[in-house]
Amino acid sequence: MFSRKDLLGTKDLSADELNAILAHARKMERIVKAEKKSDLLRGKSVFLAFYENSTRTHSSFDHAVKILGGTSVNLSVGSSSVKKGEVLLDTGATLESLAADAVVMRHSMSGAPHFLARELSCGIVNAGDGCNEHPTQALLDLYTMQSHFGTDLRGLEVLICGDVRHSRVARSNFWALSTLGARVTVVAPPTLMPKGIENFPVRVVRDMEEGLKIADAVMLLRLQSERQSAGIITGLDEYAQYYQLNARRMALMKKDAIIMHPGPVNRGAELESSVADSAQSVIREQVFGGLCVRMAVLDLIINRK
Amino acid sequence: MSMKKITLLIKNARLADGTELDLYIEDGVIARMGECPEDADTVIDARGAYALPAFVDMHAHFREPGFERKEDIESGSRAAVKGGYGAVCCMPNTDPVIDNVPLVKYVLNRAQEVNLCKVYPIGAITKGSKSETLANMRSMRDAGAIAFSDDGKPVSSAQLMRNALTYAAADNLLLISHSEDASLTDGGVANEGVNASIAGLRGISPASEEVSIAREIILAAHENARIHIAHVSTRGSVEIVRQAKAHGVKVTAETCPHYFAATDQEILNFNTNAKINPPLRTGDDVAAIIEGLRDGTIDAIATDHAPHHIDDKRVEFAAAAFGSVGLESAYALGVTYLVEPGYLTLGELAYKMSTRPAEILGLGGFGRLEVGAPAHFTLADNTVKEQFLAKNMASKARNSLFDGWTLSGKIIATILDGEVKFRA
Repeated sequence: MFSRKDLLGTKDLSADELNAILAHARKMERIVKAEKKSDLLRGKSVFLAFYENSTRTHSSFDHAVKILGGTSVNLSVGSSSVKKGEVLLDTGATLESLAADAVVMRHSMSGAPHFLARELSCGIVNAGDGCNEHPTQALLDLYTMQSHFGTDLRGLEVLICGDVRHSRVARSNFWALSTLGARVTVVAPPTLMPKGIENFPVRVVRDMEEGLKIADAVMLLRLQSERQSAGIITGLDEYAQYYQLNARRMALMKKDAIIMHPGPVNRGAELESSVADSAQSVIREQVFGGLCVRMAVLDLIINRK
Repeated sequence: MSMKKITLLIKNARLADGTELDLYIEDGVIARMGECPEDADTVIDARGAYALPAFVDMHAHFREPGFERKEDIESGSRAAVKGGYGAVCCMPNTDPVIDNVPLVKYVLNRAQEVNLCKVYPIGAITKGSKSETLANMRSMRDAGAIAFSDDGKPVSSAQLMRNALTYAAADNLLLISHSEDASLTDGGVANEGVNASIAGLRGISPASEEVSIAREIILAAHENARIHIAHVSTRGSVEIVRQAKAHGVKVTAETCPHYFAATDQEILNFNTNAKINPPLRTGDDVAAIIEGLRDGTIDAIATDHAPHHIDDKRVEFAAAAFGSVGLESAYALGVTYLVEPGYLTLGELAYKMSTRPAEILGLGGFGRLEVGAPAHFTLADNTVKEQFLAKNMASKARNSLFDGWTLSGKIIATILDGEVKFRA
């Protein structure tokens, strides 16, 4: 059962809680595929406060609210009083005063939703905070894995490759996957590995090939080109040479293994274009899973028993 | 005709070594210790509390002039005497920066008006602490500045720091180094390590502090100058200072209670009062700091009392100002995390908090609890164990890392020149 006021991360969620959300998401999928309309959030208002850009996450939360019959309100931070220097505390309080039942928040600073969750009494859903967590992304990744490999993910081999150091998607997946008993392996250039990775519930390998052969799911993380101009990695071409999932590497994978990416994809960087579009790629399926998972999360948070 | 002396009697006190005695103060000087006359203008029954030399803080921020909404000389002094401090050295990162004689005089005069603890201004090393040109250190010292630092920032150029040390050495001026390499800090907000990685917070490598301390020590050695290292926080830093001392370099060092009482675990729930510079470190660093205190590598415990207005802390972690207040919790943290576990005796704690800092700063009147010395002392009851509550602080600020922590040791009175400046 999941009955928290907020969804701030996967770090503290139990296996029961994770599975409760995922089971609920499967119910939501049936709604989407049938009448694509429900009354679960009728009379409820969800404010989407995105301080960072987003295509997938923003539109899937927005659509999720609408399918469930609720009212979604978009706070376009670029044209809001945030530009006038309004602090997060006041913006949050304003939304709560506007009768928000929940606030979905994406922010560039880790801990921002945790801060609002302490200050506000309405539910806060973390849509990504700095490098910390992106819980609904991990949930939709689990959802996608479960639809291919069954609801019991124990022993599932997951390879996560790319800029782990700066990735909230990686972190939320680490916590959720290890809680559910999956085995996570990571590969990244040395400067894109977080300090203290040896204390994370993951195994580190140096070469992609080592992880690819046994993986059931291979998840690529987006490479930001700014990492090179900031002197953190060497050339983008060298990155591709050692860390890109290309056709040659894809051929090493198990035949029923799936290729995942949180999006947006940098075609030619972490993924060769043909691989992104291949039969083993479940990137589009992940996006659909995201809609179902976000519907589930909103229903559970707003209609909390 | 002799003037009647103003007298103060402290009955039933104990020295740090447990010796029970009374203290008799005449006109601000300790006149007798042991058997004392029963009569005095003011009598305090210490009821077994320890009499310790009043603490001397080598490092605090009183924020005046310019940032009075966070703290000012008066509220800072109230916090100091409540914490058992008789003398506080305040850092110059005010607005404007204290880099000239008139501002040094301003701080001294204001402290005199407030008339609680002694306040000794630390002047800036560089004008405006901009690391461009040297400030008028000699005339500031002659006006009463006790030492020099660009605290809050390092002196970015090694050449400029070397010039400052050469200048200082000739006049025995004390430079205090905030040791940090800005390019290694690189916008970090927490100790670089597993906890920052878990929380997705940008880390500050211990190398930032260690590289800079090494630089200061090498420069000071070449110029035969003294150098005092502020807020030492890592194992590597302690080892560098230890080696330097073994080689005869005139280096002294301080640490702060948060570096022996807390670790970077405190940042995991994004508590902005745990956002400090240098940051809270790992358990291994804590062990090294304690070992450094025990073997004398670290000379002094300073507070780095860093008050902030709630508006500066009630924000996202990365946006929050750095620092925790510390004057009112330092003694209890020393008792709870150093004395009770047996790392230091109470006498050794008093040495680190009072006698040794007084020695480094050349404050002869402080750090001595003996007949003939000025009556600067504090009474502390170590049997009290209670929750430290930020809301009850005398400071204007409320940003204490230790809010809610259960601590042993309570200051019940602070006396300066024989006058009671604080009474619980």
